[in-house]
Amino acid sequence: MRLTLAKALRARRAFGRAGFVPFLVAGDPTLAQSLVAAKLLAAAGADVLEVGVPFSDPVADGPVIQAAGQRALAKGMSLKKAIGFVAALRADGVTIPVVLFTYLNPILRMGTEAFARACKKAEATGVLIVDLPAEDSTETEGILKKHGLELVLLASPTTTDERLKLIAKANGTAIYYVSREGVTGVRKGLALNIADRLKHVRRMTKKPLMVGFGVAEASQARALALHADGVVVGSALVRANYEGGPGAVRRLAKKLIGALEI
Amino acid sequence: MRKDRGSGWFGPFGGRFVPETLIEPLNELEAAYASARRDPKFKAALRSELDTFVGRPTPLTFAGRLSAALGLRVWLKREDLTHTGAHKINNTVGQILLARRMKKKRVIAETGAGQHGVATAAAAARAGLPCVVYMGTDDMARQAPNVARMKMLGATVVPVESGSKTLKDATSEALRAWSSDSRNTFYVLGSALGPHPYPSMVRDFQSVIGVEARAQILKAEGRLPKEVVACVGGGSNSIGIFSAFIKDRGVRLTGVEAGGTGSAPGRHAARFSGGSPGTLHGTYTYLLQDARGQVLPTHSISAGLDYPAVGPEHAELRRIGRAKYANASDKDALKAAHELCRLEGILPALESSHALAYLHKARLKKGELILVNLSGRGDKDLGTLCA
Repeated sequence: MRLTLAKALRARRAFGRAGFVPFLVAGDPTLAQSLVAAKLLAAAGADVLEVGVPFSDPVADGPVIQAAGQRALAKGMSLKKAIGFVAALRADGVTIPVVLFTYLNPILRMGTEAFARACKKAEATGVLIVDLPAEDSTETEGILKKHGLELVLLASPTTTDERLKLIAKANGTAIYYVSREGVTGVRKGLALNIADRLKHVRRMTKKPLMVGFGVAEASQARALALHADGVVVGSALVRANYEGGPGAVRRLAKKLIGALEI
Repeated sequence: MRKDRGSGWFGPFGGRFVPETLIEPLNELEAAYASARRDPKFKAALRSELDTFVGRPTPLTFAGRLSAALGLRVWLKREDLTHTGAHKINNTVGQILLARRMKKKRVIAETGAGQHGVATAAAAARAGLPCVVYMGTDDMARQAPNVARMKMLGATVVPVESGSKTLKDATSEALRAWSSDSRNTFYVLGSALGPHPYPSMVRDFQSVIGVEARAQILKAEGRLPKEVVACVGGGSNSIGIFSAFIKDRGVRLTGVEAGGTGSAPGRHAARFSGGSPGTLHGTYTYLLQDARGQVLPTHSISAGLDYPAVGPEHAELRRIGRAKYANASDKDALKAAHELCRLEGILPALESSHALAYLHKARLKKGELILVNLSGRGDKDLGTLCA
């Protein structure tokens, strides 16, 4: 029985550090290189791995992840192959929870039931669907649950208390808090009042809380580690992998993990 | 999809499939629009803008020589005569009145052919609001006069280089920009597309076309037309004219999509003949996509029809059989544009020319009435038309 998101993140916290949640785009810049990067992140101490599924029209993503997705699509990456990517990680002995980070349309095209079956077979842990709001996720969530898959729900700076209550009550097993408005990408500093905001979200729900969007540097990770169960780093790692290869990914991961000690 | 369908759904189509950050801004917009549309002051202000700035009502013109050539009685609803030259302005004056009511500090828009960009820039200048328009670089090249007009009207035009460099990518970029600053920014979406409440709100603002046209043709002919025809890109001019006739069961409603240069993927923008249901830009509707759920590139000679998804209400009108959808090729649209110039002295937009091209295929009896929405004028297309 593999670890759930909640168990993986809480176990790490019990050992004195916030969870490290790296994000990579499957197939960027090639399938082989993204597999190498994912395995070395797991070996370096990642607690949960987020695998981005490229989509032709990624409205929540900034330039770095848009470009990564286009590179991966040009090489033939797809939702089906991204699920295969997870299976390959498992075959190579990666045991940490793996979450597929995707837009809705490729799932609808494959069929939610077929998608869930394939994810289960590949031993994926869960799914995050960027453009499926909590109000509309009930049916999808039911199908995922039937196949033993978790659903990560999103919350953001614009989410009202009324909707936070809805998200807390929904069946999703973890929350990804989008630390700032806008799209994914590397940014300096943190959103204003982020600590208060995370404390507030904590009071509204008991679900494990991951925080991301704009986190690129050790100082940002350190500040967020105090208020969340996991810190997600995406664009900075995607860029390191594309520009610097495995060595650059390993160096950045080491720096970030060190910063997550609490 | 959702079981307890509330507002924002057209049968199985529509909804609000956007990243979490945009949910609350859309809730806020929905509430503001619901209150504005019941407010007599808002309604009076909109009416006054339509009458004194846009130039409504637009005339209904009997196309005598075209009618003789086709053996039908053809009437044209003259949206080409509105200020800025296309129906788009009906919607932008409405949304910008709403932006002011919501005390937003600036407006943004996406544009394909540039007509929506120009109409947003004009209405924003009049309201004293800064305006940023996102436009694909391919579209900027083929619709250069409209880029110049937007700049004259004080708007900033942001070139979009990503993806296919057309309307689809401009729309993604506008959604990203809105999600970064929704507190101060109002997103003026240009078609009956996108997440709820846009498809309904844009239809409402464009319904003035149909309301006027229905009264005008009844007055001129003493009867309703047998068929109403309009081109369908996102579908705002068509839903605007259709909406007044939906209850008139005897009136056929026909939307004409861009048939491009052929039926192979990437050569057209005919969503109903080449697409399948899916989600793009916040709405569940007919979409041109591949077997993996990736959105396909499109082609049309008219930038305004060159988009891979169709408004969700059209998807529903087709599902229930109330409207039917045809398509016209690039070549036939060009021919129809030249024909209208020579026979009627009217230069139509290439978008509207798709509706005109359909007239040659309409299955009507001799002398029957047909109403065409002439959604815009063709000055912007002179480069393509004279090539």
